[in-house]
Amino acid sequence: MATDYIVGIDLGTTNSLVAYMQGDSPVVIPGEDGLNLVPSVVALDENNQIIVGNAARRYLIETPERAVYSIKRLMGRGLEDIRDELKLFPFQLAEDLQPGEVLRIKIGERTYTPPEISALVLRQLKRNAERFFGAPVTQAVITVPAYFNDAQRQATKDAGRIAGLNVLRLVNEPTAASLAYGLDKKKHGIVVVYDLGGGTFDISILKLHDGIFEVIATNGDTHLGGDDIDNLLIAVALDDIRGELGIDFRRDFRNDARRSGETVARIRQAVIEAKIALSSQPTAKLDVDLPGGKKYRREISLEGFEQMIQPIIDRTVGPCKQALKDAGLKPEQIDEVVLVGGSTRIPKVRRLVQDLFGRVPHTALNPDEVVALGAAVQANILGGGSEITKEMLLLDVTPLSLGIEVAGGVTDKIILRNSTVPASATQYYTTQVDGQTNVAIHVLQGERELARDCRSLARFDLKGVPPMPAGMPRIEVRFLIDANGILRVSAREQRSGQEAEIDVQPSYGLTDEQVENMLLESFDFAEEDFRQRQIIEARREADTILTALAKGKKNLAWQELSAEERRNVEALEKTLVGVKNGDGYHAIREGIDALNQATMHLAELMMDTAVSTALKGKAMDDTDIEEGPQAGHPVAKADFE
Amino acid sequence: MESKSLGSLIIPGQAPAEATPSCWSCGTMRAVHFCSSCGKVQPPVPVDYFTFFGFPRKLNLDASALEKEFYALSRRLHPDLFAQANPEERAFSLEQSSMLNDAYRTLKDPIKRTEYLLRLEGIELEEQSKQATEKARATGKLKKQVVPAGLLEEVFELNMHLEELRTQKKTGEDDPALLEEIGKAKLSLEEKFDALFNELKAEWNKWDKFVDNGTTDGTEAGRRKILDQMLDVLNRRNYVRNLVRDVNEALE
Repeated sequence: MATDYIVGIDLGTTNSLVAYMQGDSPVVIPGEDGLNLVPSVVALDENNQIIVGNAARRYLIETPERAVYSIKRLMGRGLEDIRDELKLFPFQLAEDLQPGEVLRIKIGERTYTPPEISALVLRQLKRNAERFFGAPVTQAVITVPAYFNDAQRQATKDAGRIAGLNVLRLVNEPTAASLAYGLDKKKHGIVVVYDLGGGTFDISILKLHDGIFEVIATNGDTHLGGDDIDNLLIAVALDDIRGELGIDFRRDFRNDARRSGETVARIRQAVIEAKIALSSQPTAKLDVDLPGGKKYRREISLEGFEQMIQPIIDRTVGPCKQALKDAGLKPEQIDEVVLVGGSTRIPKVRRLVQDLFGRVPHTALNPDEVVALGAAVQANILGGGSEITKEMLLLDVTPLSLGIEVAGGVTDKIILRNSTVPASATQYYTTQVDGQTNVAIHVLQGERELARDCRSLARFDLKGVPPMPAGMPRIEVRFLIDANGILRVSAREQRSGQEAEIDVQPSYGLTDEQVENMLLESFDFAEEDFRQRQIIEARREADTILTALAKGKKNLAWQELSAEERRNVEALEKTLVGVKNGDGYHAIREGIDALNQATMHLAELMMDTAVSTALKGKAMDDTDIEEGPQAGHPVAKADFE
Repeated sequence: MESKSLGSLIIPGQAPAEATPSCWSCGTMRAVHFCSSCGKVQPPVPVDYFTFFGFPRKLNLDASALEKEFYALSRRLHPDLFAQANPEERAFSLEQSSMLNDAYRTLKDPIKRTEYLLRLEGIELEEQSKQATEKARATGKLKKQVVPAGLLEEVFELNMHLEELRTQKKTGEDDPALLEEIGKAKLSLEEKFDALFNELKAEWNKWDKFVDNGTTDGTEAGRRKILDQMLDVLNRRNYVRNLVRDVNEALE
């Protein structure tokens, strides 16, 4: 479709956003509730309906075992690496999970893989965009932490596909932020992006010139963020409670998961509010209702808070220094430091950044939105570009060295970290045994010397090597890291020219087949699905207005209309009933609008009745009040400025 | 850390004529990335990195000219520009830009450039790198050691000092005189390291002149001699670098 919109999506640990390029500037697309931020929270309600975003947040407290948050922490990871996360987060794993299997999380009675949960958030964003454009959206740019490894990136791409999105590009979050920052072409120089979000930390050093955004070095920590600060404060609170009141919610968790889960969730909410308050106040209060009628009250001073979080924030210093070293730069050579991520609102973090780089960081951009806005700029570039983006080009790097395991359990690095992508390397293999037709390759990511200290990416089995004496075959294996930072492998036996078949066992990921089976929405029917959804929503709206009208007719105000007005309204009512169950979206839409218009007078009269009745002191029925001013306008269209 | 990967396909010598026209004046070959008629991106030709950029196979290289060419080619070859193109073009752009990045990374760094040229000319590098050390440790074999002539005494003395230092560290002893000796030796090595780079540049000039004069000054032997000398300088330089690294590690 020529007018297909490509959107930019920030799939964050705590919040997600969708944005697009509107003329010369990127703008965030709000949800139905008018808010820009969609919390990355997924819940199942009592009827096993999926709830995403703000509406899902209350389930975190009410029925925590039916809700999940910060799922980004589990993307592309295996059972062995999430032991720490399990201690700190209320993730419930499926009971029958085997080591080596893709993770599955329990939400209520159902289980989902992390990509599926992320896909539910993506689908919400997709719908928000479609509602906004009034057209299907099937293409997107999704951002990932720069320090995400191959498995984590692949998981994000899978999530996009499951949600019915063709992911045109994964963009690194700091690079996206720099796009939003550098949209003004006059920006040039060496820019550092310090991105501290809910769950991940990235530091990227870029060179901006002539519209080229070139990443020189990047570093980070994929388990470091606001969540860690929250967990620290929760631990302190739980210790307090155990000391003061003798209740140990951590121990009792196993005995009464629901009650403890709720309590911990309440404490978490209180702690987050306090943390945010301390960004502008010298003290904050914790005031939490505990089961059994008790209360937990504590005051936190800014000083105490800063002391507590010092070790967490200090963890960002190492990656910053390493990035500077890799870039061959000193802090004095940096022209600008840009802050990204909600956690950079903390004054202590800002001071740390200022000390590290010797300059006041740039804070004019909204740290919550800048990544999504940058993704929208990239989406625009990929879509063919517009006047303002046509000179822009992104040159990003791979954050981790790519290696092959060789004899002795050592890693042989074939593509070094901070290499500009796309990047490739070629290795030659041969066979050890006469007639051997397979060659196994173990690919790793990381900087350590020993294979066991690096991250296992995948095992590649090269099949179909023509049988020859041992040592004869010359198998050329090409490793290519694409612009998304994801690895592809191809192989060819040179003497025979035969392409080898490559069987990939991703270490922590889904196979293509598994992804296909999980698709929430099919691409082929995107247009069809979208129209179907439009019709369903329109019918719902029609039902609402017809029900309201039925009640309205029983109201005294109905009698105050002229006979002609009543005839008119009833005629339109009949028309709407007639088209409501058909397939004509526009007919339903027109019918709703016409009836709305015609019942405005009735609505006003009912409003007056309600008001005057209230003034008379008569007890008002809830339903009467609801129907009053809203009878004719059950679903207000959101205003998008 | 230096990569030992050769990168994409290298065919020393000739490249397919249609896709690599040469300059009428100096004979420098240059790979064609786009069709001159319709402008569509082409699959990458299996050429060496110099030809990819259209630079002569010389070691003195104008860094800013290379950078300019890199950005110019990036602006036309990057996959982002082909997001809406057909799968064939997308594949070509991916191949071309990975070769572009690999080529730029190799030619930009003086040492990598030298090593690349040596390999192009058929010379294999000796393994003096830390990688070889680790591998040797892992397999229990001895690393190949070639102590450059003229350094034997210095190296012998320094290694003795370092052994002493390591022993002292275990017993917690502190010997400022020893540290001073080692400090002086390190400085001397660092000076030698810089001097070796100048030596390398001298060899570069010889090579470049050789390329300019063509093969009229004869000889395969002459060509080999320059290459072997360059290899020798590189090996000595690597050796000194590793030694300095060992000293730094011991001093920590």
